Amino acid sequence: MSDSSWLTEFPQLERRDLIDIRKSLDGAYRSFSREYGETIENFFDPLLSFLIWFEKLLISSPWWLIIAVIIGIVYAASRSWKLSLGVLASLLAIGYFGMWEDTMRTLSIITVCTLLSIGIGIPIGILISRSNKAQAVVNPILDIMQTMPAFVYLIPVVMLLGIGKIPGVIAVIIYAIPPVIRLTNLGIRLVNVETLEAATAYGATSTQRLFGVQLPLALPTIMAGINQTIMMALSMVVVASMIGVKGLGQPVLKSITNQYFTLGLLNGLAIVALAIIFDRVSQTYAKRSQKHLEGHNNG
Amino acid sequence: MDKVHETPFIEVSGLYQIFGNTPKKIMPLVNAGKSKDDILAETGHTVGLKDINLKIHRGEIFVIMGLSGSGKSTLIRHFNRLIDPTEGQIKVEGEDIMKFPLKELTEFRRHKMSMVFQNFGLMPHRNVIDNVSYGLSVQGTDKTERYKSATQWLETVGLAGYEEQYPAQLSGGQQQRVGLARALCTNAEILLMDEAFSALDPLIRSEMQDQLVQLQNELQKTIIFITHDLDEALRIGDRIAILKDGELIQIGSPVDILLNPADDYVEAFVKDVNRARAVPVKTIMQQTVPLVTKQGLQEALNQLAAHDYAFYQSDNGFEGILLKETLEKALIEQPSGNIQSEHILATATVKPDTPLEFALPKALLSHYALPVLNKEGKHVGELRQEDLASTLDNSV
Repeated sequence: MSDSSWLTEFPQLERRDLIDIRKSLDGAYRSFSREYGETIENFFDPLLSFLIWFEKLLISSPWWLIIAVIIGIVYAASRSWKLSLGVLASLLAIGYFGMWEDTMRTLSIITVCTLLSIGIGIPIGILISRSNKAQAVVNPILDIMQTMPAFVYLIPVVMLLGIGKIPGVIAVIIYAIPPVIRLTNLGIRLVNVETLEAATAYGATSTQRLFGVQLPLALPTIMAGINQTIMMALSMVVVASMIGVKGLGQPVLKSITNQYFTLGLLNGLAIVALAIIFDRVSQTYAKRSQKHLEGHNNG
Repeated sequence: MDKVHETPFIEVSGLYQIFGNTPKKIMPLVNAGKSKDDILAETGHTVGLKDINLKIHRGEIFVIMGLSGSGKSTLIRHFNRLIDPTEGQIKVEGEDIMKFPLKELTEFRRHKMSMVFQNFGLMPHRNVIDNVSYGLSVQGTDKTERYKSATQWLETVGLAGYEEQYPAQLSGGQQQRVGLARALCTNAEILLMDEAFSALDPLIRSEMQDQLVQLQNELQKTIIFITHDLDEALRIGDRIAILKDGELIQIGSPVDILLNPADDYVEAFVKDVNRARAVPVKTIMQQTVPLVTKQGLQEALNQLAAHDYAFYQSDNGFEGILLKETLEKALIEQPSGNIQSEHILATATVKPDTPLEFALPKALLSHYALPVLNKEGKHVGELRQEDLASTLDNSV
């Protein structure tokens, strides 16, 4: 009974084999990135130039104009003076404490990430709502995206594209896109069966059903997904700053390494302020657009 | 109803619906006559509908009645193929709709059939007028035209002025009126109604039933109506099919079902029905008493022939009863005279849709059969006491 050590010790791969596996995988990926890195980088070029243009636009425009535009959007979406005044106050405070430029950088990257997440996430959500097989494939991937530590998938992205805005955007999207996909899927699947049957019975095509019934009725749920996506994107700001994304994340990173408590706190609060603005505005907008769903409850 | 058409308007033949993973493979077992329970136990498949054969005529209200789980909602969803059968066909005007490709099916759904749902199936994000005109908007009709049509139908169902409201702001009865207006708005010939009134309060329900019958008199659609409520079936149905555990047990007119139940199951149902309330006068109405329409006494007597009495209807409408005895006496006095008001015996009258319950006291107080008058006050037949008695006698 010489070979019974597996009872006391976990039978594991030889250390040498393990190293070989790691080496060959790393090598393969490295040669892949050497081979295709540039092509992929070129593919993202239009996005990069848009990011740079948008960031410049936000920074170089006069601050009062930006504030006016933001307040305009907030009021148009929420129709609430109270919320608009709150947004105004927090933006003024951010500027007063010298964080205007970083805030604009973060705002630009978050806006782009959110738009991309919505643009990619909603079609995927629609797809998996229509096919249980697609859902069975996509759901575990979403689980991985949400639970895999961000640093882990940052490694291949950085290996492929280097440090900068694009890897940052990709990292943020990977982390932030699952809610919008999941909730689009859920929202469509929860649409009342009879209502959908009614559309079919009156001869609606599947496109007419999607745009006329399923999406409008799933909208509150989809909006909740978008809201979650924005919040998760904002929470990635600091992590993204580690791979060279400028903005409110970098001062926070700096204050961690140098133990600048106040600097960290102020920039952290600015992130919180942005989050609250995004959250309240998108939620009041969603609520306002669904007003007709509240009845008199008269039977 | 008109049975002029030799080929039925809608014909369901050999329709089977089996729920499960491999329904086609179960068909041999079903054909071999295995029971529903055995098949479920052996294969895990549920036999939803078993060998359904139906003929529905143009212009009738055909009611499919069954308790929950009998497969009635499944059955109605086959008519517009919201559900496809495992086997069998449904022919509409001789064409098998199961063979329609998607495009043709869509056209069929748009123009030929419309549907009213138990829980209304309205679109909460569209206001009333957009809901009503939904069928037309799917067809691509332009906005002014479809709104015009929708406004008109809303008026018909009694909801004028509610155009801008959202479904959540309406009561259940109002929502179902919207559902009805939506179904009528596409001008489809066939109306599918899936427990359309079951979710409503009893009072609203009977109001809606009346409205449906009234609308049907004007529109002459072909209505397939699903219900679990026998009283409702008897009240609105021209013919009734009774479904139990996915099988048809009896098809017949309301009175047929009431008076000649096919088996114990139907009989158990029928036993609790208040016949006096369920059977309207028209179902046992006869036309044996002659109707005098001429003014001359001699002509009147000729029309009376061997009968003791007749009903008299002049150009002004129904007048009353003429007794042979009175007429003969009058003829002796004035051989070429006309019928005068003193010759006419006043009588109570009933309407064709009046339930027997309300005709009963009048019938008890009258020595003669009760004349049945339509809405215009014109004679259509009579209600005889002996028919009334035999119909109300539950013991037969």
